Amino acid sequence: METILDPTDEAVPVSRQITPRTGPVSGVLGLMDIRKPRGNILLDELERLLAERLPDLDVRRYAKPTFTKPCPEPLRAQIRDECDYLVEALAD
Amino acid sequence: MDARPAFELKSTEGGTRSFPAGRPALICFAKEDCETCNLVAPLLQALHEAFGDAANIWVVGQSGDGNTVFRDRHGLTLPLLDDADLATSFAWDFEAVPALYWCPDGATAETHMEGFVREEWQGLATTLSQTLGQGRVPVDWAALPAWRPGCASKHLDPDLNDRLRAAAENSPIRARRITIAPADDVAEFMFDQGFSDGLPLVPPTPERVLRMLSGTQRDPQEVIALMPPNMGEATIEKIAINAVMAGCRPDYLPVVLAAIEAICTDAFNIHGVMATTMGASPVLVVNGPIRERIGMNMGLMALGSGNRANATIGRAVRLAVRNIGGSRPGGTDRSTLGSPMKFTMCFAEWEERSLWAPLHVERGFAKDDSVVTVFAMTSGPVQIVDQESRAPDELAGSLGLGLEGMFQPKYHNMPVDSLLVVCPEHVDTLMRDGLYEKDRLRDRIQAVTTRPLRAMLADDTSGAGMTREAAAGLSPEQLDRPVPKFASPDNIHLVVAGSDAGKFSSAYHGWVTGAMGSQAVSQKIEDMF
Repeated sequence: METILDPTDEAVPVSRQITPRTGPVSGVLGLMDIRKPRGNILLDELERLLAERLPDLDVRRYAKPTFTKPCPEPLRAQIRDECDYLVEALAD
Repeated sequence: MDARPAFELKSTEGGTRSFPAGRPALICFAKEDCETCNLVAPLLQALHEAFGDAANIWVVGQSGDGNTVFRDRHGLTLPLLDDADLATSFAWDFEAVPALYWCPDGATAETHMEGFVREEWQGLATTLSQTLGQGRVPVDWAALPAWRPGCASKHLDPDLNDRLRAAAENSPIRARRITIAPADDVAEFMFDQGFSDGLPLVPPTPERVLRMLSGTQRDPQEVIALMPPNMGEATIEKIAINAVMAGCRPDYLPVVLAAIEAICTDAFNIHGVMATTMGASPVLVVNGPIRERIGMNMGLMALGSGNRANATIGRAVRLAVRNIGGSRPGGTDRSTLGSPMKFTMCFAEWEERSLWAPLHVERGFAKDDSVVTVFAMTSGPVQIVDQESRAPDELAGSLGLGLEGMFQPKYHNMPVDSLLVVCPEHVDTLMRDGLYEKDRLRDRIQAVTTRPLRAMLADDTSGAGMTREAAAGLSPEQLDRPVPKFASPDNIHLVVAGSDAGKFSSAYHGWVTGAMGSQAVSQKIEDMF
């Protein structure tokens, strides 16, 4: 029998369930622009539609400094603390 | 001497024997094919017959099935224990057999001897008599030679020793061990697990990884980077595992480590480099004394195949990004087409072949430093041919025109790096009248690629470039503004490599540079000498 060593980081991803759908949507929704060109236009339109259909929803906008790099940890923490939901979007 | 390591070994007489056993012990390690072990076998049997009632007198054999041969050859009735896997020999840590330990308290060695020295063995027999209160041992000492050397213990065989070190309790190996069933093919298994870039891998066995780790003095568990997208901990050990798979030699490891430190900086931004649909990949340029020491290619075919160091260092970096960082094609590696550089791209600069300061010296290092510089490049090497120019400025002009096609000939004022590899014959032309400064070459490239802004407008030939709407708002003077290919001459990086024959230079074309993209990073390589 041959033994080899695991070349990966050995991380075991946490499996997550989809949050139960409760019907009405309320609370704080974050819209994050990853900063690809025209992503803001897509999100503007999404925000307009949400405001029409879900007037009680508090929508807040966020943006990564650049689409080329992972989201900075402080921004992740801010979104986690402030939002009940997040939509991350890009356009190109 | 400290208490000797405990063991439990099978005996040729059946059952197992354990050490320590709470009574005095005389333990002798031996192997069947060692002449001196065969010389002392009758002595050990005589000691067993004289003192066996008061002490455990055991032979620990390293020969596996040879133990039975050894027993029968000498008519041994003493317990002969099986250490065929050599773990006990390794733990007791001696050099030659016969290796004899006398432990009067049953655990701690008072006497340790290797090989055969008649006076020592005779003295030991006397000690046993005095300690255990038995009679003389019936041995004709005068008939024995005064001295015989032992044989190297089997556990020191280089191949076996690496395996034993990897398995020992104090082994530096911490990675998960994967046991592959005998019915499985290890090469196929590694493909199935997704460890491979598409080419076969060298199986990263514990002994190979241990040998790889001998290439660095750094702690195997040191985390040298968090590698995106999974932010996996890139330990020296994990990188060594990937270096083994890539086919590296241990002396390449410091280059691989430095390259990984460089690509995992915020400035280089390996996450963006891998994720972009443009198909970028790291290009590694090695400078300094390590080039010669590990046999890198900087001459004929430097950018091609055939040299182990060039090929496997670049591959090890890419495999680490894949396996430790988790960046895989179709996952976060989203290249539209990719390029062969996604397998490997690493070469050395032929520093001595030009009058220029080499790349690492330009970037602030001492000439005697060994340094790896990483560039994020989307294509290359793209050949630039000029077999006719004889004057330095003519050739420099050709190199500029060759670079104008980067991305698309219309695009100018680009904040994008290029890496121009100037071949020796082109170096000779540039230096025909003496030193042709690198900055002069950069300026010449900018000069010959300068076009009026109006040449960059979208038109019927090509819709790329400035839109018609944007152009409509500009004055004729603004449209006449001269624009060079590169936003700055600093975007043009220059190195020398290639064979002495051929007027063929080559260029790599970059990706988005600056703080929002990827910037070239140089990292000093650990000096192991």
